[in-house]
Amino acid sequence: MSTTTAIANSDMSAITRTGDARLKIRWHELAVVRWLQICAWISVATTIAIVAILVLESSAFFAVVPVWNFLTGTNWSPLIDPRSFGVLPLITGTLVVSLGASLIAVPIGLGSAIYLAEYASPTTRRFIKPTIELLAGIPSVVFGYFAVTTVTPFLQAIFPSTEVFNAASAAIVLGFMVLPMITSLCDDAIRAAPRTLREGGFALAATKAEVSIGILIPASMSAIMASFILGFSRAIGETMAVALAAGSTPNMSLNPLISMQTMTGYIVQVAMGDVPHGTIEYQSIFAVAAALFVMTLILNLLSQFIVRRFARQWE
Amino acid sequence: MDIVIAAKNLTLAYGDKNIVKNVSLAVGPRTVTALIGPSGCGKSTLLRTFNRMNDFVPSFRLVSGEINYRDLNVYSEKVDPVYIRRRVGMVFQKPNPFPSSIAKNITWGPSINGFTGDYDQLVESSLRRAALWDEVKDKLNSSGLALSGGQQQRLCIARAIAMDPDVILMDEPCSALDPASTARIEDLMTDLRDRYTILIVTHNMQQAARVSENTAFMFQGEMVEYSNTKQIFNAPKQRLTEDYIMGRFG
Ligand SMILES: Nc1ncnc2c1ncn2[C@@H]1O[C@H](COP(=O)(O)OP(=O)(O)OP(=O)(O)O)[C@@H](O)[C@H]1O
Ligand SMILES: [Mg+2]
Repeated sequence: MSTTTAIANSDMSAITRTGDARLKIRWHELAVVRWLQICAWISVATTIAIVAILVLESSAFFAVVPVWNFLTGTNWSPLIDPRSFGVLPLITGTLVVSLGASLIAVPIGLGSAIYLAEYASPTTRRFIKPTIELLAGIPSVVFGYFAVTTVTPFLQAIFPSTEVFNAASAAIVLGFMVLPMITSLCDDAIRAAPRTLREGGFALAATKAEVSIGILIPASMSAIMASFILGFSRAIGETMAVALAAGSTPNMSLNPLISMQTMTGYIVQVAMGDVPHGTIEYQSIFAVAAALFVMTLILNLLSQFIVRRFARQWE
Repeated sequence: MDIVIAAKNLTLAYGDKNIVKNVSLAVGPRTVTALIGPSGCGKSTLLRTFNRMNDFVPSFRLVSGEINYRDLNVYSEKVDPVYIRRRVGMVFQKPNPFPSSIAKNITWGPSINGFTGDYDQLVESSLRRAALWDEVKDKLNSSGLALSGGQQQRLCIARAIAMDPDVILMDEPCSALDPASTARIEDLMTDLRDRYTILIVTHNMQQAARVSENTAFMFQGEMVEYSNTKQIFNAPKQRLTEDYIMGRFG
């Protein structure tokens, strides 16, 4: 009996980390936690810093140009006299290009998602999925170059009035840039629909296409809508390809065959030019950036709202 | 006897594993037939061949034998499974209404199958026959998912009825429901039998005894005994059947 106790005791001391029973501060443990904490807060700090700079610089801009004039003005001529800071041409450019991109990405994205989720064999799926992800990994500037050297000449062959830089070409490549995201999100959404729902459809003598279109799409509508909005929001913020393909002529027009400047396009143009800091032209990019930020923020909030509001009715 | 649906020497497998073994079963018109047996004995697998729902299970194979619906060989290459499902409806274990309105749940099946009649009337008559009309008549446009579990299951029955099927297959339709809802659905089955041929899988012996005229007892993929429900419950011919009914196993 006593030997057992002795063994038990020695085992106990073997697993005690130190012989000392007093509470100790474990410095290395604390250091690790602090480090992890800092990592998490870095993103928060960065976001706050960027928003602060946006607010600061654009408030200097809005001290000179009234917000109302900025938001409703239809002439954007920030670098050439007579100066004018009406942002609507830039917003129009952005919307024309992004809506054009959606016109391509939404039907193709949803179509490929339905095919991948419901029709493709596992082998086909294993081939198509990574290819789509590859598309997502192509650098923006490559898309821009592709637009100028390939898409635009192609458009010019069909519509001779197409300008060298034009919104249509930007919209087309942008459509393919947001396509992977929409495809992947819609694919997830459709596959998340429960098997019992599909069976319910088939048991009512529906064909596969009728089940896909009549049941699965409506059932995943909220996630699908959210993916469209996120795609649109991504299109609005895309810069390099659009700046290359659409050119830098602010144009308040709906004609996609002419050059247009987008909000992001303007920001790169000025940021990479030789405009001196502190001038109104320089501050104008922060005003445009702030407007862009608000637009994307609203879109992202909207998509979150849709997802939450119509969250998975099943389970 | 006139046969509506039948299995003949049917052997079914998932991959290489035979699950249903040489089973034969013939069901006459306007009857309720109960399929009983311990969990995993192949009841659902068998039931789901009558409307070819197993087509969606990649590893499923019909090894030998055949399924007949009236004069059609259900698994023949010349037969359209969509046609079979138009005539042979199904109600599942878990209520699975579509995430759309009550009315839409009823009309969707008929609309894609070329129904040309009056939809309002179809909605009302189907819901009435499923004993759900009075509870939902004022909210036909609200979501089917907003109903209680028991109401959802009756909606699924109404949805199947709206197709005007010949046969209705039910796979444990009450297992997710409370006793009151179960009683309602049992009553409903008794009403439905003067018009439809019903096959029901159930784990509830009392339910089988109450609703069915004939009972088939399956064990480990084989059909042990198939006869009149009274006979099965009062004087089973097989010892295995008796043990199962008395709750001595499974
Ligand atoms: N998709 C499948 N792939 C492989 N095996 C399966 C599949 N579905 C069912 N099985 C197996 O087939 C056997 C019979 O299954 P089935 O669902 O027909 O049983 P059941 O009698 O309906 O049981 P329960 O009463 O539990 O519903 C089980 O052993 C099960 O594991
Ligand atoms: Mg089962």
